[in-house]
Amino acid sequence: MFRQGAQNSELETTENMLTIKNLRVAVEGKEILKGINLEIKAGEVHAIMGPNGSGKSTLGNVLAGKEEYEVLDGEVIYEGEDLLERSAEDRARMGLFLGFQYPVEIPGVPMVNFIKTSVNEHRKYKGLEPLTAGEFLKLMREKKELVHLDSQLTNRSVNEGFSGGEKKKNEIFQMAMLEPKLAILDETDSGLDIDALKVVSDGVNALKDPSRSTIVITHYQRLLDYIVPDFVHVLYQGRIVKSAGKELALELEEKGYDWLKTENV
Amino acid sequence: MTLTAKKIALSEKYTELFYANQSKLDEDSSNLFNRMREIAFKRFEKAGIPGFKNENYKYTNLERVFGKNYRHVFEYEKVDVDLNEAFRCDVPQLDTHVVLLVNGWYYAKNQPLENLPKGVVVGSIKQIANEKPELVESYLNRQAGLSDDPMVALNTAFAQDGFFMYVPDHVVFERPVQVINIMRSEDPVFTTQRNLIVAGKNSQTKVVFCDHTMSDCEFLANNVTEVFVGDDAVVDVYTIQNQNNKANSVNSSFFKQGANSNLLTSVATLHGGLIRNNLKVEFAGEHAEANVYGISFTDKKQHVDNYTNIEHAQPNCLSNQVYKNVLDEDSVGAFTGRIHVVRDAQKTNAFQRNNNVLLTDSAQMNTKPQLIIDADDVKCSHGATIGQIDEDALFYLRARGIGEDDARMMLMNAFAHEVVQKIRIEPLRDRIDELVEKRLKGELAKCHSCDKN
Ligand SMILES: Nc1ncnc2c1ncn2[C@@H]1O[C@H](COP(=O)(O)OP(=O)(O)OP(=O)(O)O)[C@@H](O)[C@H]1O
Ligand SMILES: [Mg+2]
Repeated sequence: MFRQGAQNSELETTENMLTIKNLRVAVEGKEILKGINLEIKAGEVHAIMGPNGSGKSTLGNVLAGKEEYEVLDGEVIYEGEDLLERSAEDRARMGLFLGFQYPVEIPGVPMVNFIKTSVNEHRKYKGLEPLTAGEFLKLMREKKELVHLDSQLTNRSVNEGFSGGEKKKNEIFQMAMLEPKLAILDETDSGLDIDALKVVSDGVNALKDPSRSTIVITHYQRLLDYIVPDFVHVLYQGRIVKSAGKELALELEEKGYDWLKTENV
Repeated sequence: MTLTAKKIALSEKYTELFYANQSKLDEDSSNLFNRMREIAFKRFEKAGIPGFKNENYKYTNLERVFGKNYRHVFEYEKVDVDLNEAFRCDVPQLDTHVVLLVNGWYYAKNQPLENLPKGVVVGSIKQIANEKPELVESYLNRQAGLSDDPMVALNTAFAQDGFFMYVPDHVVFERPVQVINIMRSEDPVFTTQRNLIVAGKNSQTKVVFCDHTMSDCEFLANNVTEVFVGDDAVVDVYTIQNQNNKANSVNSSFFKQGANSNLLTSVATLHGGLIRNNLKVEFAGEHAEANVYGISFTDKKQHVDNYTNIEHAQPNCLSNQVYKNVLDEDSVGAFTGRIHVVRDAQKTNAFQRNNNVLLTDSAQMNTKPQLIIDADDVKCSHGATIGQIDEDALFYLRARGIGEDDARMMLMNAFAHEVVQKIRIEPLRDRIDELVEKRLKGELAKCHSCDKN
């Protein structure tokens, strides 16, 4: 069995922020993830790459608690807790954030209500009082500036009529508002122009500190110039088939995935 | 009994009821009503109470509720209503003229309305038909009388009282009038209410009907409302239906619109038993606009059927319809939207949409657009959806830490909001938003306890 990520011994598991062991997941009876092993420590940035349909989003969704996925086997320990036992909302409140590959438009739910409810639910979980209207607006203004989110967008319904790039920026804006411990960014770079890519990366990097970790799912090396990963993993047909340092991304850019497919299958 | 035998028995029951009580009906009513009764009743008799065989009542069989026994109210009954309790339904921050009707009759202890604009008349249709027949005569039954719906004819045959309002030409009546319809009885009662609203040329007015029950027994109401919207007039008519789940009703509304007039009518159905709302708009002049909306929330065995009929009889008119239903448990909903564009009604714009969310496998929704377009230069669209809560949206909200129940609530509120936000009276809009939220949380068991719960 190929060993991924930091070369920890089993004993050190508890020091990981996230430990995924032999995770097998099926959707509609079809096995998509076929035994994922991954260990992430606080402060680390992991990139997950891999061809279309290999299961990257599935992994992100399962970690975030999407119910239509059936966990066949394996376990996920997050901050010492059995993550798979928790509801999607609790996982979010525990500091796990999924930046969606395809953010959903929700007509009729105003952005402001949505963000406010979200922030206050996070606070409630930590035993904190809800923010006052003034505090909330100030925080929102700050974070909007951070990701250069057009001020008007927060007057609309959630993602409604947002351009592809605006939707992605909105994900980063939400991340900035919630300050998660573990952010999983699913192709947050696709659809972004160069300037927006820089802004989004700055947003991610601004949050970077030794207590937070990030998983970036991407197809492009260019994002990794801005958000520099400690590890790069290649997911292929539901398995992590290669893990290495950031140089792997460059190699993939050059050679594509074919060499890995033949090497492992 | 066979079905036909049952139908005959039901029909005979109403024939007997009518002829046995005709003199009583006449006694406590205006002559304007009395002279219509017999012809109307004969029209009713031809078709009888609509059952499944009646194409227009395909989704709502009225035979069941009309087959039961009720007490009929043929004269004004002295009842005492705790006004404080009734007016709890009042809309906070909304300064309205409030009038009360009990079991279809104008409540005798209503305070006379003060500071009405000059010439505005608000009151009991029975009384005004007696005292100022000239205000009533040229409108009463002029729209409803054209209908071939037996329920409308039945109303005309039995009608004695109801709400009346007259706004003269050029008068802007700012303050909305709130009509609180209360049903209250210790035994099952059948009521017939007849309303008439006349808005003169270039006038403006807003009416809010609130249908409530103040006791827990069965009711059956067969109501008709006629609204005449003069040329250039702007009229809003809102209805909140929030009765006990044993209160059944058929409500038929007729709107006739003059040239350049603008109508907004919206119905929110929260609680009730079997409810059938018939709505007809007829454009009698060009460049008129009708906005017709409905939202309903049903659960248990509730049954809500909206039947609309927009008659584009003139060119250059616009109609917009949006009806939405949220159906839970074993409830049943129906929507039929008929649009008729006559041959010469060129440049007609007619839009219709019906969106429904089913929360359980046993809830049912029937939806049927019916477009009859005889002109060639028209823009018409219709669309209907029946679906579940959007699971992706639900996950998106939950993935941001919003609990499942709250997230569902947010989505249902959002679904309803499209209709609620069209309300042109802001405090009423807020109030309905609030009622909708309470309804969704199951905190709105009875209307008059909205604040108590
Ligand atoms: N809800 C679902 N129903 C059916 N199949 C699904 C579902 N979600 C994912 N799949 C299937 O699982 C496989 C993996 O999909 P996933 O979205 O995880 O791939 P991905 O690696 O994120 O691809 P991409 O790079 O295109 O985003 C695909 O074959 C996909 O069709
Ligand atoms: Mg994906």
